[in-house]
Amino acid sequence: MADARVPVFRPVRAYLLLAGTWCRALAQYPASLVMMTLATSLGVFAEISAVLIVFGHAGRLEGFSLAEGLLVAGLAATAFGCADMLLGNVENLGEHIRSGTLDVMLVRPVPPLVQLATDRFAPRRLGRIVPGTVIIAVALVLCDIDWTPGRVLMLPVLLVSGTAICSAVWVVGACLQFFVTGAREAANSITYGGQALTEYPLAVFGRDVVRAATFVLPLAFVTWQPALYLLDRPDPTGLPDGLRFATPLVAVVSCLAAAACWRFGLRHYRSTGS
Amino acid sequence: MRVHRAVYVRGLRRHTTYRAATLAGILTNCVFGAINATVMLALFAARPHINGYDAGDAVTQVFLGQALLAVVAVMGPPLELGERVRSGDVATDLLRPVSLLGWWLAEDLGRATFSLAFRAVPTFAVGLVLFDLVLPGDPLRWAATLVSTVLAVLVSFALRYLYELAGFWLLDSRGIWAVAGLLGPVAAGTLLPLPLFPPALAEVLRVLPWASIVQIPAEVFLGKDSLPGGTVLGGLALQACWAAALLSLGAWATGRATRRVVVQGG
Repeated sequence: MADARVPVFRPVRAYLLLAGTWCRALAQYPASLVMMTLATSLGVFAEISAVLIVFGHAGRLEGFSLAEGLLVAGLAATAFGCADMLLGNVENLGEHIRSGTLDVMLVRPVPPLVQLATDRFAPRRLGRIVPGTVIIAVALVLCDIDWTPGRVLMLPVLLVSGTAICSAVWVVGACLQFFVTGAREAANSITYGGQALTEYPLAVFGRDVVRAATFVLPLAFVTWQPALYLLDRPDPTGLPDGLRFATPLVAVVSCLAAAACWRFGLRHYRSTGS
Repeated sequence: MRVHRAVYVRGLRRHTTYRAATLAGILTNCVFGAINATVMLALFAARPHINGYDAGDAVTQVFLGQALLAVVAVMGPPLELGERVRSGDVATDLLRPVSLLGWWLAEDLGRATFSLAFRAVPTFAVGLVLFDLVLPGDPLRWAATLVSTVLAVLVSFALRYLYELAGFWLLDSRGIWAVAGLLGPVAAGTLLPLPLFPPALAEVLRVLPWASIVQIPAEVFLGKDSLPGGTVLGGLALQACWAAALLSLGAWATGRATRRVVVQGG
């Protein structure tokens, strides 16, 4: 048995199997799936239009031109879109605790996080990722970027790291619901709020927010540091330029921290008994 | 009328139960308010005047928008009517000796009253502490804002009622919400104040009913002369027209919808 020898891949296989099942189920209503996907894309276009309008009026924000602002917004839409698709459903944890379905997940031979993330897996969220990547591509063409082999290689690494950090934020936000009932909307302030924060060049929010987003909740590594790296800019808030190279490391550390949170939360979970 | 009052009180009381959720909601509104307000400040630092708005106006509208978000429920949650149409429970609602529209309006007004006191006021207060918001000096304008908010709730209720009523034909109103829940807030002026939009687009959005939900109340509060007729009264009149038109449409459509209803037993 191949998966007995490499147990690491078993959760991945379970994830793909469960997500695939939901995709097949939703594909039974193709018209509905297409419309919901287009509706999701509309949301991205609304957000990007807002960014365009703001940059259109301001010209430059913190030294970022319209095309560079578009790059930041595209990175944000893609990273959050991917994280939302992969792990966004963990925000339903409170609902599963309330109705008792989390108990059912605990007795099944698949990691509960995988079950939680794939429950009602929504392929319509591709409607966020596809426009996001198109916007990145357009922005990369419009921006004046010095394409060294390093930058070309780093681009996918940055996107994966951004997704990993956002996913970690989703999981940490969900873990709050182990301890506080009704925390779902509070978690929104770091998940969706985090997306709103990363949509603009972070320096717009001032030094304190940049520092908090670098050292406390590492959202600065989702769009801000990657954009500084791609555009080869010094950090206008005075943090060391070397930080941008820490992006993959920050992603790994965030995921480990999120995993620790999840384990801690799960160990302290007490069934509602209903 | 007594029934409606009872439904209103129950709607109000029902929402007082979820205290943690209310606090969490206020926190989220404040975080989004602070993020959007900071973006507005950066924008207006680069260009101090845009189409009659300055930094103070924009930041005030951002916080008014966040404060009203729960009151007018423009991003949801949808009325429970839609779920009841899907499950067939609406049959029970139709048996009641009061109109479907009146019943749900009373319930929604109860929810809105609770949200106004316990979501809108705290959110706006936090905004006042964090940012330099522009407050009207004239007590009449405060009164006008309150009237405008009530009209905004009526317009928003009528729209949400119509979204759910579409369920009688489509059987599932979630598709409508997927679009309306995204475009409604944009057209209402919660994503960006409408004056920042390209002028031609802003002119169109301004007369659509969604503008009456946030943009018009904000302009009434700010005392802008961009309101219809250039006065606060013009703004209130536009809102009242939309409320009357949409509620009448709702009442008419309810009649049509109930003639279509087929409830399967079981």
